[in-house]
Amino acid sequence: MAVTPLADRRRNRRLAADAGLLTVAAAFVLPLAWVVLSALDPRADLRVKIPDGVTLGNFNAILTSEITFTPLLNSLILCGGATLLTVVCAALAAYPLSRFRSRLNRPFLLSILFATSLPITAIMVPVYALFVQVDLIDTLQGTILFFAASQLPFAIWLMKNFMDGVPKELEEAAWTDGAGSLQSLLRIVLPLMGPGVAVVTVFSFVMMWGNFFVPFMLLLTPDQMPASVSINEFFGNRGLVAYGQLAAFSIVYSTPVILLYVLVARRLGGGFALGGAVKG
Amino acid sequence: MTPRSLTRALPLTPALVLLLLFLAGPIAYCAWIAFTDLQLTGQAESSFVGFENFRTAFRDEGFLNAVWLTLVFTVVSSLLGQNTLGLALASLMQRASKPVRTLTGGIVITAWVLPEVVAGFLLYAFFRKEGTLNALLDLLHLPSQNWLFTLPILAVSFANVWRGTAFSMLVYSAALNEIPKEITEAAEVDGAGGWRRMWHITLPMIRRSIGTNLMLNTLQTLSVFGLIWVMTRGGPGDKSQTLPLFMYEQAFQNSMIGYGTAVALLLLLVGSVFSVVYMRLLRTEV
Repeated sequence: MAVTPLADRRRNRRLAADAGLLTVAAAFVLPLAWVVLSALDPRADLRVKIPDGVTLGNFNAILTSEITFTPLLNSLILCGGATLLTVVCAALAAYPLSRFRSRLNRPFLLSILFATSLPITAIMVPVYALFVQVDLIDTLQGTILFFAASQLPFAIWLMKNFMDGVPKELEEAAWTDGAGSLQSLLRIVLPLMGPGVAVVTVFSFVMMWGNFFVPFMLLLTPDQMPASVSINEFFGNRGLVAYGQLAAFSIVYSTPVILLYVLVARRLGGGFALGGAVKG
Repeated sequence: MTPRSLTRALPLTPALVLLLLFLAGPIAYCAWIAFTDLQLTGQAESSFVGFENFRTAFRDEGFLNAVWLTLVFTVVSSLLGQNTLGLALASLMQRASKPVRTLTGGIVITAWVLPEVVAGFLLYAFFRKEGTLNALLDLLHLPSQNWLFTLPILAVSFANVWRGTAFSMLVYSAALNEIPKEITEAAEVDGAGGWRRMWHITLPMIRRSIGTNLMLNTLQTLSVFGLIWVMTRGGPGDKSQTLPLFMYEQAFQNSMIGYGTAVALLLLLVGSVFSVVYMRLLRTEV
């Protein structure tokens, strides 16, 4: 048997790899194709098909304050507020953990790591019962506080790892000049770890924006519902499902998180750095 | 503790307060009401019932069914699905040409970034009787069926693979990139074929990533609610009712908060075990 030259073998292998990837991509793209084509289709149904003409009618139909703008605004208040709280608390907490040695650092970090992997879904029933008792049920502030708390362990963990990457020497100079912890954090450390803060912010926001179970359990009034819950109305009360409108709403609702992801992924050179951050 | 170390620990306070009140608090409360007969409506007080809720659970066919389905869902979608497909994609990406790599990565990651409920709707449309999967099968003259009715747990498992594979793909891509090229090339020159290189070189070198990824996938899969809720509501009957959906039904449809919480506590315990294993894998880092 003739030995194939290495270069030839490499090329064949690349073609095989391309073919394999394209097969998976074709399977994965079908549901995405459905949502895009149906949103533009005046007579959308449940399967991927060439639209019967192209229309923006579905978008026009859903872009009302009741169906789209109010839920999106609710999502923004809920997730924006909780993200802000998460990032501020995480940055503050990460600073002593990253900068000072203490006997308590290790047990604290271990607890944080333990909490990052707890299934939050499991505690929603007791959280509901607790919120009824302390009168936080059906309030935006209660939901924001819970959202922030549930995202905090991972945010602290990520933030601390990013902060460890900022060299200590710069701050030591500032300390000798009399700057306190808060000043060095705000003036020196955070500006130097911009990409890290961006990752924590975007990751927290994206997780909350897509979260269905937490607002579904903790909010009751329809007017307060974020888009993740209100989208179910397309099935419930409005009778026959208008699939084109559902698809259009899905696109409007998903666009912000996709844009945020692209923004961060591009700044960090792809991969989101998240794969690396949790890889271990 | 010295005053100085107290001042230094001060910035931890806001995070600590939030975590104690809204995370540790509910978990402690969970451990308490799991042993009571607390109900949803109009009852002044609940009483301590010991292990009664747990005894009920293990006699309850609905609970055992949910445990079994959770196991199927986790094994099929996380261990076999996301993990294997993620590794396959990552290793193919090492060799593929750049445009194909970017395109595939983009599509798989989009599925991951989409909100959970949207992913649920897209896969609901895909698996419905009138949906895309059956349209494809018709095209190939293969028998079609109502997937969400006949094989609901497999349909939601595949949905979870669709949604979650990107994470494994990213983790494994990062791991594979760290394997020095010389090692695989040396093995190649020595005549080791693709599978042997994978088995004897690549897999042992990334075993830590495999462990971490399996843990995180499993934990994530254990707590999936929205995806299944949107696609099947746990039905038909209870044929796709995993533990989170069972817990929800007991607590809210049947108003048995105590019982629902007992189920939640069991879920939390299983999660904790995985969590501890995960920490051991990462222990060198803290």
